Amino acid sequence: MAQMTMIQAINDAMRVELKRDEKVLVFGEDVGVNGGVFRATENLHAEFGEDRVFDTPLAESGIGGLAIGLAVQGFRPVPEIQFFGFVFEVMDSIAGQMARYHFRTGGSFEMPITIRSPFGGGVHTPEMHADSLEGLMAQTPGLKVVIPSTPYDAKGLLISAIRDNNPVVFLEHMKLYRSFREEVPEGEYTIPLGKADVKREGKDISIIAYGAMVHEALKAADELEKEGYSAEVVDLRTVSPLDIETIIASVEKTNRAIVVQEAQKQAGVAANVVAEINDRAILSLEAPVLRVAAADTVFPFSQAESVWLPNYKDIIETAKKVLTF
Amino acid sequence: MVENRHQALGLSDETVLEMYETMLLARRLDERMWLLNRSGKVPFVISGQGQEGAQIGAAFALNREKDYILPYYRDMGVVLAFGMTAKELMLSAFAKAEDPNSGGKQMPSHFGQKKNRIVTGSSPVTTQVPHAVGIALAAKMEKKDFVSFVTFGEGSSNQGDFHEGANFAGVHKLPVIFMCENNKYAISVPVTKQLACERVSDRAIGYGMPGITVDGNDPLEVYRVVKEAHDRAIRGEGPTLIEAVTYRLTAHSSDDDDRAYRDQEEVMTAKEQDPLYTFGSYLKEVAVLTDEIEKSLNDKVMKLVNEATDYAENAPYAKPEDALKYVYKE
Ligand SMILES: Cc1ncc(C[n+]2csc(CCOP(=O)(O)OP(=O)(O)O)c2C)c(N)n1
Ligand SMILES: [Mg+2]
Repeated sequence: MAQMTMIQAINDAMRVELKRDEKVLVFGEDVGVNGGVFRATENLHAEFGEDRVFDTPLAESGIGGLAIGLAVQGFRPVPEIQFFGFVFEVMDSIAGQMARYHFRTGGSFEMPITIRSPFGGGVHTPEMHADSLEGLMAQTPGLKVVIPSTPYDAKGLLISAIRDNNPVVFLEHMKLYRSFREEVPEGEYTIPLGKADVKREGKDISIIAYGAMVHEALKAADELEKEGYSAEVVDLRTVSPLDIETIIASVEKTNRAIVVQEAQKQAGVAANVVAEINDRAILSLEAPVLRVAAADTVFPFSQAESVWLPNYKDIIETAKKVLTF
Repeated sequence: MVENRHQALGLSDETVLEMYETMLLARRLDERMWLLNRSGKVPFVISGQGQEGAQIGAAFALNREKDYILPYYRDMGVVLAFGMTAKELMLSAFAKAEDPNSGGKQMPSHFGQKKNRIVTGSSPVTTQVPHAVGIALAAKMEKKDFVSFVTFGEGSSNQGDFHEGANFAGVHKLPVIFMCENNKYAISVPVTKQLACERVSDRAIGYGMPGITVDGNDPLEVYRVVKEAHDRAIRGEGPTLIEAVTYRLTAHSSDDDDRAYRDQEEVMTAKEQDPLYTFGSYLKEVAVLTDEIEKSLNDKVMKLVNEATDYAENAPYAKPEDALKYVYKE
C-alpha cells in the first residue's frame, strides 16, 4: 500500500479506470498536458494519450453536452469542471439534461457520467471558487452526489462513481486535497455509493457530517471526550441519495444528533437529514436535532473565512446544547 | 527618422506620452504585485503584462467621460485609463476594506468602480459580455451617446455568453465594442485547441458585424480600430468585434507554472514584441520621449507604486462581521 494525499488518490482512481475500461474518457479545461490546475489529472495525458485524456475549449456547457453525447454512444465520460462555482455555466447539461435522460426515455438511455469538481472553503479563495453548492445538486432527482473526506474513500468512491450507470457529481474539497496522507491500496477497490461511514463510534450523540466538516467533527469528538461525552461521527460520503439506514441506526443508538455542513444553512443537505431523522426516529430522540452550518450570506472575503466557516468549536457548542437539553 | 504615426491619428505628443505613462504604471504595478505575492503579502496576482498596448490603445480611443467599460481581469491598463488609481488597485491586491472594487470580497483584478463607469465583473469568464450588451441596449433606447466596451480572452470567446451577447448586439445594432485580447493561451490550452477558425474576429460574420484583427502590441493600431468602432457605434451603425493579438508574458496567474505547458523560448521571443518596449522605442524615434522625460516618468511612476504599496499594506482589512452585509438591499 502507498501513502497518498486525496488528490493522489483521485488521480490514481482515474488511472485505474482508464486502464481497466477503454470507454472511460477524461476531459475538461487544462486537464491534458497541464495535468489540471490542481494536478488531479497529472500524467494521465502522457500515459493514455490525447484520445482518452484531453483539453476542451473553455466552455462548460459544451463540456456537459459533450459528455451526454458520448454517454449515448456507450462511453464513460469523466469531465472536470475546473471549479464548482462554474457549475452555473453547465447547470442545464447536468440538472436539466443528464439527470433526466434515463427517466425521460423510460430507461432506454443511460448516463454513466462522473462530473468531478473542486469546491470548498478554507483555502483563502473567495466566492465562486469556494462555494459549497452541493445542495443545488442534491435537490435534483437522477443525480448522485458524492463528497469524500479521506484519500481512501476518495479513491474507492471515485471508482464506483465511474462504474455507476447514473450521472454522479463528485465533489472534491480543496482543503482536503493535500491536507494529509493515508494508506491507500494500489489497484482497484470500490466503496459503494449511497453508503455512509461511521468514522468514530460513540454512544452519547451522533455528529453527522460530510466533506471537510468530518474532520472538524472528529476534532470536536476528541474534545468532547475529554469532557466525558462519547460522540459518534457519521460521514455521509454520499449526500444524495442519503444513507438513511446508517443515519437512523446511529441516532437510535445515541438518541441525540447534530448535523454539520459547510454550506449556508438555508435549504441545505443538513436540513434534509434533520427532516429524515424527525420523520423516522423522533421517538428515539432525547433532544431536538440541531444544525451547524454557515450563515445565509455569500461566501466571504479571506479575513472572515475562519469565522464564517463552521469549525469544531461551533460543533462542540451545538453538541453541548443537545447533550444538556 | 521614422514616420510620425500618432499625429496622423490626431493624437498629440502629450496624449501619446500619457498613453506611455499609463502603460508604464500598469506594468510597474503589476510587477510590484508579483513581488508582494512572492513575499507572501498579497494572495493572488493575475497579470496584464504584455497586453498593456492593446489595453491603452483601446481605452484612449474611448470617451473616458461617458463610455461604460466591462473589463476582464487582465485589464489594469484599461481601468487606470478610466480613472482607477494605483492606490485603489493596490488596495484590491491586498484585499483591504477600502478597495473600491469589492473590498476584498472578490479576487484581485475583478474590476468595478461605479463612479468611473467600470462595471463590475466576476470570476466566471465571459459573463460580462451580455451585461455589456444590456448596457448598450439601454443607451440605444434612451438615446444616450455612450458606448459600451467589453473585453475577454480568446478562450473565453467560446462561452455561450459571448455568442449570445454578440448575436443580440448584432440583431439590434447596439453601440457596443467587443474586444478580445488574444494572448494565445487560456491557462495551458493554446488557441489552436480553442478555436477552429483562423481568427477570433472571423466569428463576427455570424453576428452581422465587422470583425477586425489588429496587432495588439501596437497601441496606435489598436487606437485606430477602436476609434473607428466607436465612431460607428455612436453613428448608430452597431457593434464591432476587435481581436487584439498579444501575448501573455507571465504565467496565467501566481498559482500557475507555465513551464508545464509552454516553451520558454517562445516567451523570450514574445518579449521582443513587448509593447512597453516597442512603444517606448517608437516614441524615442519620433523624439517625443527623451531620456530626460523617460527618467522623470519612471521616477513619477515608481513613486506612485511605492506610495500605493505603503498605503495599501497599512490599510485595515474589512471586519469579519462586514462579511454579513449587503446580501440584500435593506
Ligand atoms: C466559466 C469559467 N470557467 C473556467 C474558469 C477558470 N479560468 C479562469 S481564466 C481561464 C482561462 C481564460 O483564458 P482566456 O479567455 O484566453 O483569457 P486569458 O486568461 O488568457 O487572458 C480559465 C479556464 C473561469 N474563471 N470561469
Ligand atoms: Mg488567452
